[in-house]
Amino acid sequence: MPDETSTTGATIELENLTKRYPGSSAPAVDNVNMEIKAGEIVIFVGPSGCGKSTTLKMINRLIEPTGGRIRIGGEDVTDIDPVKLRRKVGYAIQSAGLFPHMTVAQNIGLVPRMIGWSSSRIRARVEELLDLVGLEPGEFRGRYPRQLSGGQQQRVGVARALAADPPVLLMDEPFGAVDPITRDHLQDELIRLQHELHKTIVFVTHDFDEAIKLGDRIAVLREHSHIAQFDTPEAILTNPADDFVSGFVGAGAALKRLNLTRVRDVEITDYPTVTVDDPLQSIFDRLRESGTNEILLLDRRGRPYKWLRRGDLMRARGSLARAGTLVHDTVTRDATLRDALEAVLTDNAGRVAVTGRRGEYTGVVDMETLMNSVHELLDADRLEAMEHQHELEEARTERTHAEQEGGEEEAAR
Amino acid sequence: MDFWDYLGTQHQQLLTDAYQHASAVFQCMVVATLIGVLIGVVTYRSGWAGNLATTATSTILTVPSLAMIGLLIPVVGLGVPPTVISLTLYGLLPIVRNAIVGLRGVDPALVDAARGIGMSRTMRLLRVELPLAWPPILTGIRVSTQMLMGIAAIAAYASGPGLGNEIFRGIASLGSRNALNQVLAGTLGIIVLALLFDAAYVLLGRLTISRGIRA
Ligand SMILES: Nc1ncnc2c1ncn2[C@@H]1O[C@H](COP(=O)(O)OP(=O)(O)OP(=O)(O)O)[C@@H](O)[C@H]1O
Ligand SMILES: [Mg+2]
Repeated sequence: MPDETSTTGATIELENLTKRYPGSSAPAVDNVNMEIKAGEIVIFVGPSGCGKSTTLKMINRLIEPTGGRIRIGGEDVTDIDPVKLRRKVGYAIQSAGLFPHMTVAQNIGLVPRMIGWSSSRIRARVEELLDLVGLEPGEFRGRYPRQLSGGQQQRVGVARALAADPPVLLMDEPFGAVDPITRDHLQDELIRLQHELHKTIVFVTHDFDEAIKLGDRIAVLREHSHIAQFDTPEAILTNPADDFVSGFVGAGAALKRLNLTRVRDVEITDYPTVTVDDPLQSIFDRLRESGTNEILLLDRRGRPYKWLRRGDLMRARGSLARAGTLVHDTVTRDATLRDALEAVLTDNAGRVAVTGRRGEYTGVVDMETLMNSVHELLDADRLEAMEHQHELEEARTERTHAEQEGGEEEAAR
Repeated sequence: MDFWDYLGTQHQQLLTDAYQHASAVFQCMVVATLIGVLIGVVTYRSGWAGNLATTATSTILTVPSLAMIGLLIPVVGLGVPPTVISLTLYGLLPIVRNAIVGLRGVDPALVDAARGIGMSRTMRLLRVELPLAWPPILTGIRVSTQMLMGIAAIAAYASGPGLGNEIFRGIASLGSRNALNQVLAGTLGIIVLALLFDAAYVLLGRLTISRGIRA
């Protein structure tokens, strides 16, 4: 468990950041300006070769910028000793980059050892971090990287990056080399971690779905790391700045929007239910008074079991054993609206039961609710994006105004 | 006198020679390893410097050992100095080459990771690059040692120590009763020493190569 002394995020400011590789005429990164708030996850997405990695690696000066400034937590780090800087900035890369000749514990303990922690403190920290990334310390501490699966290596890589509790974490396609299912797990894990740690994370990917899932904000980059759009996933999905961004968002933006909202955020309605222990007559009565065509049958533990239609009951002839259709799919309150839609479409009832932690019935979401919610969401997003744009424009005119005035003063002098 | 009788009467002298042979090779190997790894570390990151180091050390190897010792005698005199110098020079090549190959073979992603988590240049070298390059370097040391075992025998020509004396005495008195025995004893002694050293290196490898990268 991270204790209350754990460091939370710091702001990152990039100012006119530029990188020109020797021998190439065009800059790989051209004049990037960006402000990243403390504690947020910012995702860089863009086509291959657009300069994502170069921009990221300039933040910890693995690549020295040829122009511009970098500020972390307000401190200008452009000219400080890069080795000192990097010990304060966690760094995780694709396929983990674990040192094969060191055990898991040694890999994680590297940075703490470099900054002079005592060995007992390092040992405790290693345990804590392995716990945090979901690996059992007793089992994994002494293993070598080659004795781990790709996903486990990646977890250790994240643990190593977090070892000295840096306020900032840089991740360059960390989940790029694992299979889709493991990647999904690792993403969930990162979200959970971030809920506890509140680091400032800059994360590079070229998978837009990953960006939507993880990002508080997404920076869509085009060639030379020019920022095509830097905004929340919602805003980018509903209001892409230009054709380049919409091309990157890809088809089905409205469907992707469903991934951003949870069942808990929409109206969960009540539905008439009966349990398997109820006598047949009372089930009839309940159905009649509910005014619906269908009723949900719960099992003895209160879990959704079958959908019963009027006709089913007629044909039941005294026993419920073979009447009705089994409930195929349920969702929890944490499921995304996309999962819910999927369930509604596959279950022929036109609605899906929402369950609590132990699988017990808590309500239903139906097609109509989903449609209305999506419309509302999209409308709200559009409105917000418009307001946002308006604000930006206002800020811009103000700035040019100020600049003009400044220029006049200058001229007067 | 047959060979076994010869060993029986001469074992004192043979053991002394063998000990001195082994000791000379061992000490020269230590020096050659230190210098060879150092050359590797200094040159591996530059294309031309690395190639220059490899070429220079392999040029040394093309000089016949007898000629090398002959050339050294007028400069450093007889006895131990020409032996030590020539053995060390000959020992360099496999170590330098394997050190360069090994250090260049370290996965760039790992070097990137080492830099990224804030390791200084020296720390990167000592904690990451050298340990990962150590298996090929150790192979180089093994090859060098085998080679020096034979070359050290030539050192007797310059009144150097070792089993070479036995061989040269035999060659000088060819036709005499013990000539063949002397050559045979010297040669077999060198082979036995070489095998013992090799066994020691296998043990050294077990002790110094991390389990995480052992084949
Ligand atoms: N060391 C280098 N020397 C010269 N050019 C380089 C170097 N590293 C990268 N580049 C160039 O800079 C540009 C940006 O590279 P970068 O690695 O930042 O791209 P990226 O967005 O991370 O791409 P990918 O998604 O493929 O990882 C590319 O055109 C690349 O060819
Ligand atoms: Mg990249």
